[in-house]
Amino acid sequence: MTPAGSLLSAHGLRKAYGPTTALDGAEFSIHPGEVVAVMGPSGSGKSTLLHCLAGIVRPDAGEISYNGQELTGMTDTALSALRRSEFGFVFQFGQLVPELTCVENVALPLRLNGARRKDAERTALTWLERLEVDDVRGKRPGEVSGGQGQRVAVARALATSPRVVFADEPTGALDSLNGERVMELLTDAARSANAAVVLVTHETRVAAYSDREIVVRDGRSRDMERAV
Amino acid sequence: MSMTPTRSGPSADPARQAAPASPDRPAGPTGARAWARDLAMGLRFAVGGGREGWIRTILTAVGVGLGVALLLGAASVPELMHHRDARSTARTPLGEMSGEKVERSDSTVLIVNAGTDFRDSEISGRVVRADGGHPVLPPGLDALPGPGELVVSPALRELMDSSDGKLLKERFSQYRLTGTIGDAGLMRPNELFYYLGSDTLTKSDGAYRTGAFGYKVTEDPLDPLLVVLVVLICVVLLTPVLIFIGTAVRFGGERRDQRLAALRLVGADRRAVRRIAAGEALCGALLGLVAGAGFFLAARQLLGVVDIWQVNAFPSDMVPLPGLAALILLAVPVSSVLVTLVSLRAVAIEPLGVVRSASPRGRRLWWRLLLPVTGLLILLGQDRIGSSATSDDVHVYTIAVGATLALVGLATLLPWLVEAAVRRLRGGPVPWQLATRRLQMNSGTAARAVSGITVAVAGAVALQMLFASMHDDFNTTTDQDPHRAQLSVYSPKGSGPLAQRMIDDFRATKGVEGVIGTVSAYVVKPGKLGKGDDIRPTTELSVGTCATLRELAHVGRCEDGDTFIVHADDQEQNAWVDRTARPGKRIDLNYDSWGDSTTKGHGAHAPWTLPKSTRVVQARPDPVGDRYNGILATPGAVDVDRMADAQTRAMVQIDPGVTDAEEYVRNTAARMDPLVRVNTIRMIERDKQYASIQRGLQAGAMATMTLIAASMLVSMLEQLRERKRLLAALTAFGTRRTSMAWSVLWQTAIPVALGLALAVAGGLALGAVMCRMVNKSVTDWLVFLPLTAAGAALVALVTLLSLPPLWRMMRPDGLRTE
Amino acid sequence: MSIGHTLLGLLESGPRHGYDLKRAFDEKFGHDKPLHYGQVYSTMSRLLKNGLVEVDGIEAGEGPERKRYAITEAGITDVQRWLATPEKPEPYLQSTLYTKVVLALLTHRDAADILDTQRSEHLRMMRILTDRKRKGDLADQLICDHALFHLEADLRWLELTSARLGRLAKEVLPA
Repeated sequence: MTPAGSLLSAHGLRKAYGPTTALDGAEFSIHPGEVVAVMGPSGSGKSTLLHCLAGIVRPDAGEISYNGQELTGMTDTALSALRRSEFGFVFQFGQLVPELTCVENVALPLRLNGARRKDAERTALTWLERLEVDDVRGKRPGEVSGGQGQRVAVARALATSPRVVFADEPTGALDSLNGERVMELLTDAARSANAAVVLVTHETRVAAYSDREIVVRDGRSRDMERAV
Repeated sequence: MSMTPTRSGPSADPARQAAPASPDRPAGPTGARAWARDLAMGLRFAVGGGREGWIRTILTAVGVGLGVALLLGAASVPELMHHRDARSTARTPLGEMSGEKVERSDSTVLIVNAGTDFRDSEISGRVVRADGGHPVLPPGLDALPGPGELVVSPALRELMDSSDGKLLKERFSQYRLTGTIGDAGLMRPNELFYYLGSDTLTKSDGAYRTGAFGYKVTEDPLDPLLVVLVVLICVVLLTPVLIFIGTAVRFGGERRDQRLAALRLVGADRRAVRRIAAGEALCGALLGLVAGAGFFLAARQLLGVVDIWQVNAFPSDMVPLPGLAALILLAVPVSSVLVTLVSLRAVAIEPLGVVRSASPRGRRLWWRLLLPVTGLLILLGQDRIGSSATSDDVHVYTIAVGATLALVGLATLLPWLVEAAVRRLRGGPVPWQLATRRLQMNSGTAARAVSGITVAVAGAVALQMLFASMHDDFNTTTDQDPHRAQLSVYSPKGSGPLAQRMIDDFRATKGVEGVIGTVSAYVVKPGKLGKGDDIRPTTELSVGTCATLRELAHVGRCEDGDTFIVHADDQEQNAWVDRTARPGKRIDLNYDSWGDSTTKGHGAHAPWTLPKSTRVVQARPDPVGDRYNGILATPGAVDVDRMADAQTRAMVQIDPGVTDAEEYVRNTAARMDPLVRVNTIRMIERDKQYASIQRGLQAGAMATMTLIAASMLVSMLEQLRERKRLLAALTAFGTRRTSMAWSVLWQTAIPVALGLALAVAGGLALGAVMCRMVNKSVTDWLVFLPLTAAGAALVALVTLLSLPPLWRMMRPDGLRTE
Repeated sequence: MSIGHTLLGLLESGPRHGYDLKRAFDEKFGHDKPLHYGQVYSTMSRLLKNGLVEVDGIEAGEGPERKRYAITEAGITDVQRWLATPEKPEPYLQSTLYTKVVLALLTHRDAADILDTQRSEHLRMMRILTDRKRKGDLADQLICDHALFHLEADLRWLELTSARLGRLAKEVLPA
């Protein structure tokens, strides 16, 4: 059952890690250009929901439909290819390759998609400029501040022009000012590209950048728009 | 070892900057007490650090243990040689080499060396005959075997009893097996040796009389060149072991640094942290010593049972020299602590983490070049060593120092080379980029691991080049023609009937196609010696059938009763033959009955006239490659019984289609007489020792490479574990597994390739210099190829073994926030 | 804060006398401002009139009249509606929100629902503020930030409260 016009939707997701149940019948749907915040207390299954939606983790049961394709039936190779070309990712930390310079980090997903190094780095540079961090292009992640690093990560997530960006606590390691700037840049860029953003966060001020929110509690999701 | 910091603070010395913030507490314990406290704490961390701490400690202990076991093995070599020498001395009969005359008595023994080959095994033995009732005994025997009795070593008995050894058992079937040689009478546990009793043995069989065992063969002083080689081999094989121990002590270093940072946070000062790290390293090293002793004892027992690279020894003979053992026991823990302290000097452990610099200071080249260049210059400065050089002419120690400097210098040159080479690498596909960038950030760890390979391979290349240049000295082309005959049989006893029996028996043997047999003796020109002759004209007379003679010379038409004078290429020799072999003139068949200018003849004359019709013919190389020079006669021309001191020789052609045809021939020969020698005719005679040194060298280099592969694997796994989250993130955005696998491969392959390139270049240079030193020209520039292949295999192995953990790390579990 | 809804909520766990109601209210919500009995009386009269409570019985005795009140079905529905309706996001909501959470726990309702509903309502306001901030000048930004931080603080307090009370409830209330 796919809600009309949705880009990515999930129905009846279940996932358990050993004895712990992370998802217990979760639902989700998002439209192109929409920013949806996934909220809920720690350990409620927010991140697992994101991982399932992104095809990183296979759910034990349930359906995930992206653009008319059923994700749960796809091979690992196909899922990887999908993630490379259609999805973008921003995590809280530990995602930039420490040996590569910032511009090389941003170019990495493009190159994984088969782009030539020069072209990939040119595109990467324009994204660094958009996220106002082109001055650190030649530096390594260890040499830049947390805020700059996270902007580089956002640039990397957007560089492949993904249709869905998955952001898991993207501002978790940042102060308010940097966090807000990162959210502004992320949501602006995504909206202008008509990309959907799945934003996992526990901060309401961050969630306020979304169009609507769903709450995950004890593995079950609740769409607050339809609940009210 | 190079210790240029690979990581350092963002400024000149962050540790110093932080110093005011963490002053030593004046109230805390100082000096020895602080040391004791912190070392103890380190020991506790090493064993009580949970599963991870244990794994790290065990890895270090196993690594150090392997190194220690090898060192203990090396330290046992002198004692091993000494014991072997003693064993050899104990069973060598007096009189064999000393040449003194032994009077026959109640305790004397007639003895002669015998032996046989069985497939690839060489079996030695002795035929003995007691002169009286109380014969002296060689070690390992309770009683001398009586006539027809056989006493064998346990390994020989085992071989004879095995299903493979049926033919061998048959060879000895005419004797009664009455006992086993004890360990005291053997050189090594797996030696194939026997004593055979006889009641017909006489001095004419080549036997001699002895009154005691235990003759020390005075050996030639070791060839100085060989001393240089031995020193080099030690350097080549032991330096990597030392480097490996140094690497093993650092296993898990980055984790440890993080743990130490946590300790700084709760108030440990910089010095305390270093002492704690020293304590941890000490624990690993001490456990490593225990493990090493265990490995050594186990390997020693193993060597007593099996042949490893043809090394086999009694466990009780493998005893490390006490001095060397003490040195190992002391040096390993001390150096482990030193290595730890030195490696910590390059890292600033601050309360909030380990400070790493983004742009490490470049390595300097000049002092790294100093060592190998000095080494090569020392070697170039040496005089060339001719074949007649004595140990006085050769500055063994100078050469050893020069070669050692050159080899160890390569190890110091490598980190610079890796850094310099990697710095220039740009672009390339993603896996290549990931690998090169990783190496650009921190090439020290990789370079350190690979430096062991560099030394081992460079040394092996140099030594093999040297060996290859001496190839001709060790390998001789024999001129033998294995197509015409495959076995040559020789018996010192000769008579016509024996030769005939030999020929008949061999013909009847399974797998034999043809036999060429002759009876030969020296014959002389009788009468007064000519003017100016010191030596009486002598030549050889061989008797055989026309078929046999055709194999030896181009005799042309031949029937029984014919005789021939055979000329070879050498005119001088032909002239010498012609002085005795004069058709129609007298010849004496008993060589001994006429004396020379200085000696008197004894025994009866046996005159014989060389028929007038004797033709001169040209020699033809026989299957063994010899060209006969002398007189050939058919049995009808001369009565072989009149030929004194004759020898019997036969060449046997076997059917290559019959398996073990050679063994059947040997069995036939053994039935005739245990003293008959059977040799295989080969195109090339290869020096066995040369072969074993070459094999040992390659095996050693491979073993070193395996050791290095183990340490590379450990550091690779450590690095993967540290990057778990990053790997999971890379998986999330769709990185292919193969991309990551390639990057792991490149990351190993680049330093190994650079190390091997340096090793090959350095080894070739060193080899060329050493060849020049021993006055040989380089004959084989390609000796490094098998070692390079081994290097590639090593890279593949490390990558392959890294893959399962890599796949595991790439699972998305790593993304889960705790 | 609605005293009527609060008293209704207190009645949900069983019929009570007017005086008991006052005591229960004071104990749970009236920390620094106890309820006048007159207030209870007038409120109960209104609720009676609206059919949200009924008189369960009258006990004769000394002192004031002792009527026992019980909640009606309509009353329960009214409490439910009140609890499910988010408060308009504005500063200093805590007493109302607190009352709602406690009542939810007392009546075995899910406090998390109140939280989620309220957060959703707050988010609606915060989105407007965030949007105004993104488009506005510095003064706008500062004013909006102030409001945003306050709203966020309320939510966080509410989250913490529901978590703490939830734990407390497990200890106090019979399962």
